[in-house]
Amino acid sequence: MFKVGIEVHQQLNTGKLFCNCPSEISDREASLVVRRKLRATESEMGEIDPAALLESLRDREFFYEADKETSCLVELDEEPPGEMNREALEVAIQVSLMLGLEPVDEIHVMRKIVIDGSNTTGFQRTAIVSMGEGIIETSKGEVRVKSVCLEEESARIMETTQRSARYRLDRLGIPLIEVSTYPDITEEGQAREVAEYIGEVLRATGKVRRGIGTIRQDLNVSIEGGSRQEIKGVQELDLIEEVIRREVMRQKELLRIREILRERGARVGNPVDVTEVFLGTKSKILRREISSGGKVMSIPLFGFSGVLGKEIQPGRRLGTELANYSRVYGGIPGIFHTDELPGYGISEEEVKSLYHHLGIEGKEDAAILVAGKEPFLSRSLEAVMRRVKLSMEEIPEETRKALPDGNTEFMRPLPGAARMYPETDVPPIPIHQELINKIRLSLPELPREKAKKLISLGLREELANRLVRSEYLKVFEEAISSTNLSPNFIASFLLDTLKSLRREGVDLSSLRESDLLRLFELNSKGLLNKEGMIQVIKLLSKGEGRMEDLINRFKLVPEEEIRKIISEVVSKRARDLLSGDPSRISKKLVGEVMKRVGGRADGRKVYEILLKEVEKLRRRAQ
Amino acid sequence: MYWGRAKEFLEERGFNVWDYVEVSTERQVFRGVIMPRTQLGDDQHLVIKLDNGYNIGVRISRIKEMKLIKREKKKRLKKEEKKYGKTIHETGGGYVSIVGTGGTIASKIDYETGAVKPSFKVSDILKRIPELREISEIKAEEIMNIPSEDMEPRNWVKIGEKVIQEIEGGAEGVVIAHGTDTMSYTSAALSFMIQDLNDPVVLVGSQRSSDRPSSDSDLNLMSSVRVAKTDLAEVAVVMHGSISDDFCLIHRGTRVRKMHTSRRDAFKTINDSPIGIVTEKGEVKFLSNYKKRSDSRGETWLDKEMEERVSLFKVHPGVSPEFLDFLVDKQRGIVIEGTGMGHVPKNLLDPLKRALDSGIAVVMTSQCIHGRVNMNVYSRGRELLKMGVIPGEDMIPEVAMVKLMYVLGKTEDLREVRKLMLTNMRGEIGKRSPINA
Repeated sequence: MFKVGIEVHQQLNTGKLFCNCPSEISDREASLVVRRKLRATESEMGEIDPAALLESLRDREFFYEADKETSCLVELDEEPPGEMNREALEVAIQVSLMLGLEPVDEIHVMRKIVIDGSNTTGFQRTAIVSMGEGIIETSKGEVRVKSVCLEEESARIMETTQRSARYRLDRLGIPLIEVSTYPDITEEGQAREVAEYIGEVLRATGKVRRGIGTIRQDLNVSIEGGSRQEIKGVQELDLIEEVIRREVMRQKELLRIREILRERGARVGNPVDVTEVFLGTKSKILRREISSGGKVMSIPLFGFSGVLGKEIQPGRRLGTELANYSRVYGGIPGIFHTDELPGYGISEEEVKSLYHHLGIEGKEDAAILVAGKEPFLSRSLEAVMRRVKLSMEEIPEETRKALPDGNTEFMRPLPGAARMYPETDVPPIPIHQELINKIRLSLPELPREKAKKLISLGLREELANRLVRSEYLKVFEEAISSTNLSPNFIASFLLDTLKSLRREGVDLSSLRESDLLRLFELNSKGLLNKEGMIQVIKLLSKGEGRMEDLINRFKLVPEEEIRKIISEVVSKRARDLLSGDPSRISKKLVGEVMKRVGGRADGRKVYEILLKEVEKLRRRAQ
Repeated sequence: MYWGRAKEFLEERGFNVWDYVEVSTERQVFRGVIMPRTQLGDDQHLVIKLDNGYNIGVRISRIKEMKLIKREKKKRLKKEEKKYGKTIHETGGGYVSIVGTGGTIASKIDYETGAVKPSFKVSDILKRIPELREISEIKAEEIMNIPSEDMEPRNWVKIGEKVIQEIEGGAEGVVIAHGTDTMSYTSAALSFMIQDLNDPVVLVGSQRSSDRPSSDSDLNLMSSVRVAKTDLAEVAVVMHGSISDDFCLIHRGTRVRKMHTSRRDAFKTINDSPIGIVTEKGEVKFLSNYKKRSDSRGETWLDKEMEERVSLFKVHPGVSPEFLDFLVDKQRGIVIEGTGMGHVPKNLLDPLKRALDSGIAVVMTSQCIHGRVNMNVYSRGRELLKMGVIPGEDMIPEVAMVKLMYVLGKTEDLREVRKLMLTNMRGEIGKRSPINA
């Protein structure tokens, strides 16, 4: 049994939240690089957030690349923020209303302390825009929406090392709407439905950025008997279910490990300096650390044999979790544990000597090796000790990062309310009822609601669903009202015919909506058939003539003229028609008619008229 | 704090700030702590800190019901036991005295206004920057707590007296934490007022308040303490040298000016090079000549006589002579911030003449800030010189003003005033105009 809440983060294209830079990512060369340090500070209530404290202990240095087109002194933390971007705020209110939430009476911008360097200020500016219990219907029950926040996007990470991180400032400050739900998702598949619905609402505003990374999902996963985890950065909707499945698996396995360790009466010993065991080692990592003045430390783990190598997610073991702690807290990326030794250049003899040194028993016990230099070594060792002790007690609440395969890894401890501080540079913003009313009056329609309406007009469901999410919805609606063509013909032309033209390599980028409407209009009047429409579009895209000239080239001969020609032809060939097989002769006559109109007639129509004429002729002859 | 309707609302219902409450509006229920409200906010909203740490404002007219869940027994924010004069760390050996006067370096949220406001506590600073104690033993004291825009000449005297007291008390050097807006006025004033200075006196501030993870106060404060442990025998300003957190520059107190509203490297030495640099590794390197500590120097003392009736007057196209006339009636000295190499429009000649005839000292500086006045090149300049206007050489206008206050505190004799104004007393005048400054 699990409970999942989802957070959807969407970038807006309104320009940045607190300055006048554009909402753009840039690959231009950096105009400037600055180097900074950050320190943990107290919250308004005088507390320090554990996640912030962790970063502070890491004592890293941050480099910021600034490109003058996409960032200014505000992103560099060299100028206070300006007023909140009004357009972004109105989009957030719009989204709130569409999701059934109530905007707060007064918005207070907060500083959420984040000192991993992703914000030059050391905090992310964020504000609750609305709260409530909006309902999203899914095929497996209702999920309630909790809140909408408007916040600053963080800087773009370019490179991380043990002692530093390098960021780019283009992304910093782009408005980000965060939609959070209650943990009402209890079945697989439901999370995806909710994420899709929220994504649709966000896109309906027409103010969102598009492309990879412009929308991200975070998951809050709680498992009965386990603990709550915040999983960051699920970029693909397809991955949501896998991430949940694997998190459930991880927690179950960790609980199983706890049972095993409790049964065995396992315990964690104190770290021992075992450098001398490895003085002649063939392990490259250990040799490199020792020869550069580092040490090899080992933690004896009594009763842990086989547990560290136990898989908790496909390809991830308890040992992997410990290695993550070592990397995050001390910057030492790799640790060894005896479940995987001998190996990695460490010989059987060295392992035996290690056991001897630690006074442990190979069959029951295990040990961890951490190699490095101070102050990193102590930080890593301390973190690994803490985590391995917890494996006998509980599953720690963590912020974890989603990996591309659906696995997750430890990022930092779960931050709490202590990371909030009021943003003193931005005054509170009252939200008046008049503004809410104004926005409520012009809410965009959701694609799925739109689709329902179109289906009731007779449009096939499959076409309707594709149409409402396509760029052709507006043309479709105009064509429906200005012609008497069937909705299915218009939709299929816009979605399928144009698509296959594009596949053939026809460049449709200069095709205007008014061109399409004109073609539909002519078709509706019987003056241009589908083939003619296609020809016009093809030649237009190649620049071979102006629209009206091309239309004239493919324009059909008006029906009354065709009828005249047909009756002429019929009366001329009346004898043949009366003596021979009329349908065979009719087919032949279609060719003749087509030749006389220069091909500018609908062959099927010509055939139909012909048959009727022949029928008339025969009736008269009888 | 709350006022007007909001205050009434809370008082009528018996709620206090910091109470944990449940607030119901028509459609929603919020739980959280009643936070103080800034006086600059309206009286229509209560600020509630929700359990997730976010604050929101709830309109009082929409509150249907409010229930007390928990009353906070202890005050969440401890009142400072004693506002001023509290020594945090007394030591026996060599130490640096940090004197707090207010400013961004000591700012955190202020519930009167909601904006940052100085609330200097050295204990907060030492808690934030424990490395300070690795550099030196620190004695710290707060003698006033005012934003630098409120600094007045009498505050300069108070700070000067404290500096003398600390030096006499045995400090190796004195660091003055000061707001940045008028820091260079104070540094100039102390430069002139303190006589026979034989120890480092360092002013320091910050452009990003100390309650931010990205504050520049850490590096600035650490660097200033390092400078306070050198053999420098001058008043200096130590602030960021770039917009990275990499090095600080040591500026002479009479040569420095705030040249940007918000950048951390806002402070620049004008018409000269900085005296030195404090590198990233914490090494203090002097780059040009400076006055060193000397055994032969007499006891340091403070010359407090400052003539406050001195004004700085900026000329501009369309300037009305009446304003200058007003100053002639009120002041003892006027520093003109003239155009270019030291000029004023024609319509100011009469009031200037009246000023000089009635024994008021008039000093010319340039609104170019950079460069030296030269009043021999154009006829207007020569005319002014002939009238008796004192050319301020390459002095920063504000420094010339502070210096004139100091000089007029000593003599009223205009010939003596002219001589002193043209004498380089504390490095405020350069004999040469360096090509790289």
